[in-house]
Amino acid sequence: MVIDTSKDLVPARPTGIWSWITTVDHKRIGMMYGITALVAFFVAGLQALLIRLQLTNANGTVLSADAYNQLFTMHGLTMLLIVVMPVGAAFMNYFIPLHIGARDVAFPRANAFSFWLFLFSTVILLSSFVLGGAPDGGWFGYAPLSTQLEEYVRMDYYAVGAQLLGVASIMASANFIATVFTMRAPGMSLMRIPVFTWMAVVVSFLLIFSLPIFGVGLFQMFFDRNFGTQFFGGGGDPLLWQHLFWLFGHPEVYVLILPAMGIVSEIIPVFSRKPLFGYPFVVFSGIAIGFMGFGVWAHHMYTAGLGPVAEAGFGVATMMIAVPTGVKIFNWIGTMWGGKIRFELPMLFSIGFVSLFVIGGLSGVTHSVVPSDYQQHDSYYVVAHFHYVLFGGGVFGFVAGAYYWFPKWTGRFLDKRQGLWHFWLMLIGFNLTFAPMHILGLNGMPRRTYRYGEGLGFEFWNQVATVGSFIIGLSFLIFAWNLIRSRKHGELAGDDPWDGRTLEWSISSPPPVHNFDEIPVVEHVDDYWHRKYATDEEGRAVRMPDVSGGTVAADTDTGGDDSHEEDMHMPSPSYYPIVAAAGIGTMGYGFVYLPVGWIVVGIGALITMWGVFGWSLEPVTRGGEHE
Amino acid sequence: MSSQAAPVEAHGHHDVRPIRKAAMWVFLGSECMFFGSMIATFLLFRNETADGPGSELFNIPFTSASSFVLLMSSLTMVLAHNAFGNRDARGTRIWLAATALLGTVFLAGQIFEFTEFVHEGLTLSSSSFGSAFYMLTGFHGAHVAIGVMMLMAMFYLSLDGRLYDDRGLNVELVGLYWHFVDIVWIVIFTVVYLLQV
Repeated sequence: MVIDTSKDLVPARPTGIWSWITTVDHKRIGMMYGITALVAFFVAGLQALLIRLQLTNANGTVLSADAYNQLFTMHGLTMLLIVVMPVGAAFMNYFIPLHIGARDVAFPRANAFSFWLFLFSTVILLSSFVLGGAPDGGWFGYAPLSTQLEEYVRMDYYAVGAQLLGVASIMASANFIATVFTMRAPGMSLMRIPVFTWMAVVVSFLLIFSLPIFGVGLFQMFFDRNFGTQFFGGGGDPLLWQHLFWLFGHPEVYVLILPAMGIVSEIIPVFSRKPLFGYPFVVFSGIAIGFMGFGVWAHHMYTAGLGPVAEAGFGVATMMIAVPTGVKIFNWIGTMWGGKIRFELPMLFSIGFVSLFVIGGLSGVTHSVVPSDYQQHDSYYVVAHFHYVLFGGGVFGFVAGAYYWFPKWTGRFLDKRQGLWHFWLMLIGFNLTFAPMHILGLNGMPRRTYRYGEGLGFEFWNQVATVGSFIIGLSFLIFAWNLIRSRKHGELAGDDPWDGRTLEWSISSPPPVHNFDEIPVVEHVDDYWHRKYATDEEGRAVRMPDVSGGTVAADTDTGGDDSHEEDMHMPSPSYYPIVAAAGIGTMGYGFVYLPVGWIVVGIGALITMWGVFGWSLEPVTRGGEHE
Repeated sequence: MSSQAAPVEAHGHHDVRPIRKAAMWVFLGSECMFFGSMIATFLLFRNETADGPGSELFNIPFTSASSFVLLMSSLTMVLAHNAFGNRDARGTRIWLAATALLGTVFLAGQIFEFTEFVHEGLTLSSSSFGSAFYMLTGFHGAHVAIGVMMLMAMFYLSLDGRLYDDRGLNVELVGLYWHFVDIVWIVIFTVVYLLQV
C-alpha cells in the first residue's frame, strides 16, 4: 500500500529565490526564521564582545558612553526579540505540523506574513545603527529616560520596531494555537502531543496575552515622544511603564525558555531510550508556569517602592513559580535515571542545559527574597543570573535542538568532532564568562555603566569574563562552519538516525512538501516508537521485525482508508504576504521620522492595502481545478 | 476540549471554518488585554486633569444615546448572521448594511464629542486624563471603523452572490469581532463615563 508518489499526485519541491519569497511552506518559513536568527545571533555576539572589551580593564576606552548605551540596549533587544524568540518560532514552525501529523499550519499565508513582518522589523531595528543611532535607553526602555531623549530618533526605533515584532508574534501565535487545537491527526489527543509542541502552545498563549500589554506601553511611549501626551511625564507616572513592561517582560522570560525546555524534553527520552518520566507532570508544570508567569512581574520592581505588602506577595509568588520549574528538572533526571544513555551531541547539550539551568534557577530564587534582592538589584549578579537561565538554559537547549534535528532538515549529520569542540568550548567559555559575574555583582559592580574605576577590585574577574566571552565566540564560529559544511558534506543520516519517538522521524529527511503521504493515525504518546517496538513480559522494548526504514506506509492497519488515492492540495505560493509586510515596514520607517515621515507612512499604507486586498481576493489552494 | 481532532473531510482536508473561528477567539483574547491595559491606564489617571477640564465635560445623555445605537448594531449583526445561516442573501445584505450604518452613526457621534471636548480645552496633551481618555476611546473608535470596513466588504461580496465563497473573512467572523467591540464599549462607557466618584 505504498502511495504512488510519481508525477502530479504529490506536489513537487519548487526551487529558486522566487519560490522562497512566495513560499507558504511551514518548513521553509521555519528555516528562514532560523537563518535570520542565526545571523542576528552573530550580530548580538559581536555587540557583546565589544561590551566585554570595554569592560576588560578599569576606565576602559574602547567605547564611548554613548556607544556603550546603544550596544547594551541593542544586545538585549537583539538577543531576546530577534534571536531567541525567532529560533523558538523556527522550531515551532518546522515541527508543530510534523508533531501533530498535519500538512501545514492553519493559515499558511498568515504564517508567511508573520515571518516577513518579523524580518522587516529586524531590518528596522538593526538599521537604526546607521540611520540616526540605535535605541539607547535599555531593552527595558524605562521612562522617563526613554521619553526624554527627544533629540534622537533612537527610542522611536525601539517603540516602532518592538511594536511590529509584537504584531508578527501575535499573528504567529494565533496561527500555532489554531493549528494545534484543530488540525491534529486522528487519535492525536491533547495528551499525546509531543512535549515540545505542548510548550509551543503555552508560549503562544503567553504571547497572545502579554504582547498587547507591551503594545499599549509602546504606544504610550511613542505618543509621549511624538504627540505630547502625558503618560509617563507631566501628570503621568513613570511606574506605569514599568508595570506594563514587566507584565509583558516576565511572561516573555518563559516565552524564551519554554521552547528550549520542550526541545530538551524531546531529546532526553530518545538518548536515554526511555519514555519521558511523568509526561503529564511535564505538560502540566509547563501550563502552571504559563499561568503563574503572569503573577510575578513586580519582582523586577522591588526597589521601585511598591510597599511591603506588594513586595511580600510577589516574593512568595516568585518562590512558588520555582516549584513547577523544579518539577521539570526532576522529570528530566528521572528520565535519564536507569536509562541507556547515549552521549551523542544533542544529549550533551541537553545535559548542559539541565545543569546550567539549575544554577540559574537557584540564583533566581535568591532574587525572589526581597531584602536579598535589594542588594543584588542592578548589579552584575542579575546579569549572571539571567545569562545562566537564557544562555545556559535557552541557547544550550536550542543548540541541542539544532544538533538533534539537523539530520531531519538536511538528511545529514553535523560533524561530531567539531560538535564536541563546540560543546566543550561553549561550556567552558560560558562558565568563565558568567560565573565571575556572580562575584562581581556581590562585590558591588553595577550593571549598565560603561566603565568602572581603579582600585575597586573588579579588574581580575572582568578579565576572566572577557577571555570566556571570546571562547564562546570561537565555539560558535566552529558551529557556523559545521552548519555550512555539513549541509552538503556531512555524513548521511537516513530518515530516523537517532531511533526517534515522534512522528517527524517516520517521514523522509528532508521531509516532502506535503509532510505525510498518509495522515497517520495515532494510538500512543511517542507513537512512532510504539510502531517500531513492542514490549515483552518483563517490560523490555523489543524491536518489531516488520517495520524497516521507518516509513508510514508500513503501518498498513491504521491508515487503511482510500485517502491515499487523492490529490493533495497544498496551499499555493503567494507574494501578497511579503507585499503586505513590506507596506507595514515602510509605515514603520515613516513613524520613526515624524512629522516628515507621514508621507512615507502614506506610501506604506498604500502598499499594505495592495497586499491585503490581493491576499483577500486570491484563491487559497492550487489545483482546485487541475491545471 | 474534546479529545477528538477536528473533522477531516473525505479528501483529507480540514474544514477550515472552525479553524478560523478558533483563531478569531484567540485574537479577541489578545484584544481583551489590549483594552484592559488602556482601561487600567485611564483609571490611574482619571483625576490627573492638571486643573484643566476633566470628566465634567461628559454629556451623559448624548453618549447614552450613541451607546444605545452601538448596542442596537449588535442586534442587527445577530439578524445578519441569522439570515446568513439561513442562506437568505437579501436579509443578510439588509442587516449588514444596517449594522454598518449604526456603526457609522456611533463614529459620527464620537467625532462630534471629540470636537466638543477639544473646544472646551481637553486635548491629547492637555493632561494625563486627556491622554488616557483619547487613547482609550480613540483606539476603540478605530476598532469600530475597521469593523465598519469589514461589514462593507461583506456587503459588497453579497451584491454578486460571493458571500458563500470560501474566503478568509466571513459573516460569522465579522460578527464575532463586532460583538466584541460592542462589549468593550459597554465596559468603557461604564468605567469612563458612568463611574465618576
